[in-house]
Amino acid sequence: MNRLPERLGEVIDRGTTLSFSWNGQEFSAFAGDTVVSALAAAGQRVFSRSFKYHRPRGLLTASFHDPGCMVQIGDEPNVRGAHRLVTDSMVVTSQNTWPSLRFDVRGANRLVGRFLAPGFYYKTFIRPQRLWPTYERVLRQFVHAGEISPDTRVEHRSTRFAHPDVLVAGGGPAGMAAAVAAARAGARVLLVEEEHQLGGHLRYVGSPAELAELRTEVTASGVEVLTDSVVLGRYDQNWLAVLQRGSGERLIKARARVLIVACGLIERPYVFAGNDLPGVMLSTAVRRLINLYAVKPGERAVVLTANSDGDAAVRDLLDAGVEVAEVVDARSGGDILRAHGRRGLRTVELPGGRRIEADLLVTATGWTAPTALLNQAGDVPVYSAAAARFLPGGKASEDVLAVGGLAGDGTLDELRAHAGAVGAEAARRAATHRYRQLTRTPTAVAGRAPVGGPIEIPDLPVHEHPALFRAKSHGMVDFSEDVSSSDIHLAVREGYDSAELAKRYTTATMGPLQGKLEMVNAIAMVAEATGRSVAETGTTTWRPMYAPVTLGALAGRTVQPVRRSPMHAWHQANGAVPLVAGQWIRPDHYGDPAAEVRAVRTAVGIIDVTPIGKLDLRGPDVPKLLNLLYVNKWSKLAVGRVRYGVMCAEDGVVLDDGVTGRLGPDHYLMSTTSSGAAAVWEWIENWLQTERPEWNVHVTPVTTSYASVNVAGPRSAELIGRLAEGVDLTDFEYMNVRTARLAGVDGCVLWRIGFTGEPSYELHVPAGYGLHVWETLLAHGEDLGVRPFGVEAQRILRLEKGHLIVGQDTDGLTRAFSAGLDRLVKLDKDDFVGKPELLWQHDQGAQTRLVGLQPVNGQIVPPEASQLVAADTTRIVGRVTSSRMSPTLGRSICLAQVEAALAGPDTEVTVLLPDGRRIPARVTEHLAHVDPHGARLHTAGTPGTFRQHPPPVARSPIRTAAHAVGGSPNAALTLADHSALAKVVVRAPHAKAMAASLGVPFGRAARAADGTLVIGAGPGEWLVLGPADSGDGLLKQLRRQAEEVGGFVSVVDLTHGRAMLRLTGDRAADVLASVCAIDLDSDFTPNGAALRTSVATLVTDLVRDDQQGVPSYLLHCERSSGQSLWDAVLDAGAEHGIEISGEPTPSPEE
Amino acid sequence: MIQLPCPWCGPRNVTEFRYAGERTPRPDPGTATPRQWRAYLYLRRNPCGVVEENWYHTAGCRRFFTLHRDTASNAVKETR
Ligand SMILES: [Zn+2]
Repeated sequence: MNRLPERLGEVIDRGTTLSFSWNGQEFSAFAGDTVVSALAAAGQRVFSRSFKYHRPRGLLTASFHDPGCMVQIGDEPNVRGAHRLVTDSMVVTSQNTWPSLRFDVRGANRLVGRFLAPGFYYKTFIRPQRLWPTYERVLRQFVHAGEISPDTRVEHRSTRFAHPDVLVAGGGPAGMAAAVAAARAGARVLLVEEEHQLGGHLRYVGSPAELAELRTEVTASGVEVLTDSVVLGRYDQNWLAVLQRGSGERLIKARARVLIVACGLIERPYVFAGNDLPGVMLSTAVRRLINLYAVKPGERAVVLTANSDGDAAVRDLLDAGVEVAEVVDARSGGDILRAHGRRGLRTVELPGGRRIEADLLVTATGWTAPTALLNQAGDVPVYSAAAARFLPGGKASEDVLAVGGLAGDGTLDELRAHAGAVGAEAARRAATHRYRQLTRTPTAVAGRAPVGGPIEIPDLPVHEHPALFRAKSHGMVDFSEDVSSSDIHLAVREGYDSAELAKRYTTATMGPLQGKLEMVNAIAMVAEATGRSVAETGTTTWRPMYAPVTLGALAGRTVQPVRRSPMHAWHQANGAVPLVAGQWIRPDHYGDPAAEVRAVRTAVGIIDVTPIGKLDLRGPDVPKLLNLLYVNKWSKLAVGRVRYGVMCAEDGVVLDDGVTGRLGPDHYLMSTTSSGAAAVWEWIENWLQTERPEWNVHVTPVTTSYASVNVAGPRSAELIGRLAEGVDLTDFEYMNVRTARLAGVDGCVLWRIGFTGEPSYELHVPAGYGLHVWETLLAHGEDLGVRPFGVEAQRILRLEKGHLIVGQDTDGLTRAFSAGLDRLVKLDKDDFVGKPELLWQHDQGAQTRLVGLQPVNGQIVPPEASQLVAADTTRIVGRVTSSRMSPTLGRSICLAQVEAALAGPDTEVTVLLPDGRRIPARVTEHLAHVDPHGARLHTAGTPGTFRQHPPPVARSPIRTAAHAVGGSPNAALTLADHSALAKVVVRAPHAKAMAASLGVPFGRAARAADGTLVIGAGPGEWLVLGPADSGDGLLKQLRRQAEEVGGFVSVVDLTHGRAMLRLTGDRAADVLASVCAIDLDSDFTPNGAALRTSVATLVTDLVRDDQQGVPSYLLHCERSSGQSLWDAVLDAGAEHGIEISGEPTPSPEE
Repeated sequence: MIQLPCPWCGPRNVTEFRYAGERTPRPDPGTATPRQWRAYLYLRRNPCGVVEENWYHTAGCRRFFTLHRDTASNAVKETR
């Protein structure tokens, strides 16, 4: 046993013994031991085999970055064994050592090493290509990695957004001093330390008093400390990726106002023959082993020292009872030549040939500055020949500062003083930055501007250090890639004579250590081989990630928001086959789409078309807007009338289509395609905001305010009549729109339109009542043969009718005339979007045309996207855009894009099937295959008579019950469904009369005298919340208020359009910090703040509305995403003990 | 990830915005030649340097606004 008596400052707890296995053998450890320190204490020396030559490898650095200590723990590969703490019953195995660590057949590679010279893979395996599969199989046996198991339990890593004023990367003495100084100056500080304790090298150099003092200061100053964590990378504007390890990794995405880089220095290995033998260690490694883990690193040592740390290592070795056979002092010209041994060090050979028996060779030959974060901030470190290391080049952006060994040398006091000044200056810069951001953030309370000028930062000395890279023998440069100094010399001789080229050719610095140990030596070897200096040779770039990170941590919780209609649960319960379209889940069919088609053609069918985009348009200038955006004319649309319109982009390409109806003098409802809903809304806003800001139009998306149901078929009027009140169905022609009461639900919109070619009614029902109306339709229509139909049946029906689908029958090049919209495009309008291109297309004639097409053999259904080719050639003349078997006609029917010359009726074209067959098909006279003249549309039949229905039930979009685990009202953290609240949106010019009347500016929320919550949701946009069922009253009151104030104001009820939750508790902000990138500190987001942002990838309005002094947030999003938002917040709150509270509202299933 | 200074909402992560392209004024559709119109549709300066560009704050205030951004450094000239 190599365990020493108790050491002052040791990090092991001798009172707690753990047991674990290593390659099947039981070992014991103390709490605080790393896997490797415990094994070293038990006398183990070899922990892995090297990458290429399978040489035995032992301890080199005794830190996270020890190349020979990668092990497998359970099903987790590539664990850094000199860093990972032992836990009880841990199962540890070595990697890539088949058949055993002691006897590795591939160790024979040592003998053939010369065949594995640089470029070996390129040179050997490049030809012949047919042998690659063989090469791959052989090479895979050599891959240096552990094993992953397909049975590994699926876990999710969480993410956190952080907004520190100052983030300090590195918790050594300088980092701690900088953090304390910044925190004392008022900054919010996050201190990130890679090791398991703060302290850096102070932990193992025998300075317990200083260490204790610094740790006390850190605790007292309120710095947030993350140990076993590492800053992975620095990106633009101090966007920092921080990996928090420990139990379950967590990726912290930090936006730091100032970054202080305090990464210290990494001891550099010395290059000589045998420098990778187990038993050859760095001075810091033996000091860690002795002082942190009380492990005796060997029995008889030779020490090569070039600095005071090497000297101190000698003292530590003697103190630990190691016999020091020889101290070779490099400062007075001493050197070693090579190390001998097979499975471990046996003798050290000095120049001149003297051999010293030893099982431990300690080198202290210099340092590498891990400047990664500085490089990523734009700095170009410069090589100091005198100090034999790289130093910051001073070019980093001003929000990144360096302290500690990275910045210079000096006594502990000098380093602390320097770091303290940098910390205070960082706090000052951060305060200035913070204040500037606060003054620009509408939710924030800026407070007073910070005062005070820059803080003077003392210079740090840089001490001279001998430049030692290689002895007079060749050895390993890159321990993880098995690249030797002779490999680099060879690469230079072969012409790869710059650091960047030699690196890529030899793969030096490209292994798991990414340059931390080997970068400077690699550059020095290139310099040596080219005869240039190290400074002339330059450095290679340190790119993110600084440390390895699992894909799981990067992925975080994979949030895939899903949109659901109010009838979603019904579809699920009734055998619908789901179809994911965009984010929507829709019923594709309920088992038999052909039967669904027949039901629509012969009786009546109902389809859930909620995803259809719906935009509420208000204002006197809406006709101007419609005339601008649609290719057809809109000036004379009467109230109650509906028109079909097509929008094109400025290049004349068809963008979207839909119907728009006029509900009132200044009130229109526009429908868009489901997939185009968001884009059309943005398109309209773009035109209104940037090109026509003088127009008075307000656009409110109401897509999910309504559940939409299309009732289609010859018996649709009969069915609708049984539900509708307040509308004269006998005076309700095709292409008209009415408002009505349906199955007891007020405020429904009825359209006489259809995509199917049958007489049909499209119902827009306030979404909470969607399921009620849907079920009433099914109940009342039972004797009529009503049947739900899905997207597939609708696609068949519309194809029979020849209606195009934008994006299916058109593509990104299809201009309006190619889409067969000749009669719609009104080129005599002054202007409309895309008009010039359409004018030119009209003059030149469309090159391609949309046509109806029928294969001569009606039993062949050509797959969509099949090519049309000219007879007897392979010249492509078009393509099939839609194709189905028509249940109505009993034959296949298609739509196709075809060259204009072939677009005439009865033209025969050839369809090239994917299997190579060529089949004839004929162009039809009309796009419609069924009822081309639309006779059926106008024969709606006799409306049925009204029937009694069950009382309407308004349902929430959120199913809370499944998660309700006995939430108590006194829970510290609660989530409640508030979707039932009345919600009315008010639109009016920003900062004008209505704004003054509402009294709440953008970014703030306040309670009015009547208890309603008025939220300044956007510039010129307010959301007013009232109690459930108060919607009508609220609407009336706000409309009255708007009339009194005058001017252009719109008031729209969004009660059914939004899902709303309330998250309450002292930890509420912590929950949100894992799904929301907004700084929720009380100066940026105080009580009464209102903002819109992304929460769990959903656009969400967030209102801070504290309850009796307890932080509370109202979150609301578009209704169909409510369940996704609820689930995400609940999931994020799980680690904080979140509970459901509040009265359960009827869920979608009840 | 950079932040953009939304003139309404303050600094926000760029993922909240949609890039709406370099500012290109719309020619008079009544008089534009095909050459002018297609320059408006397709031609962009794409400089290495300061560009005047439109952004839409999709996940925020839903306002379009114009920024002056240096494409080399991502430095944005603040609008106020
Ligand atoms: Zn904004």
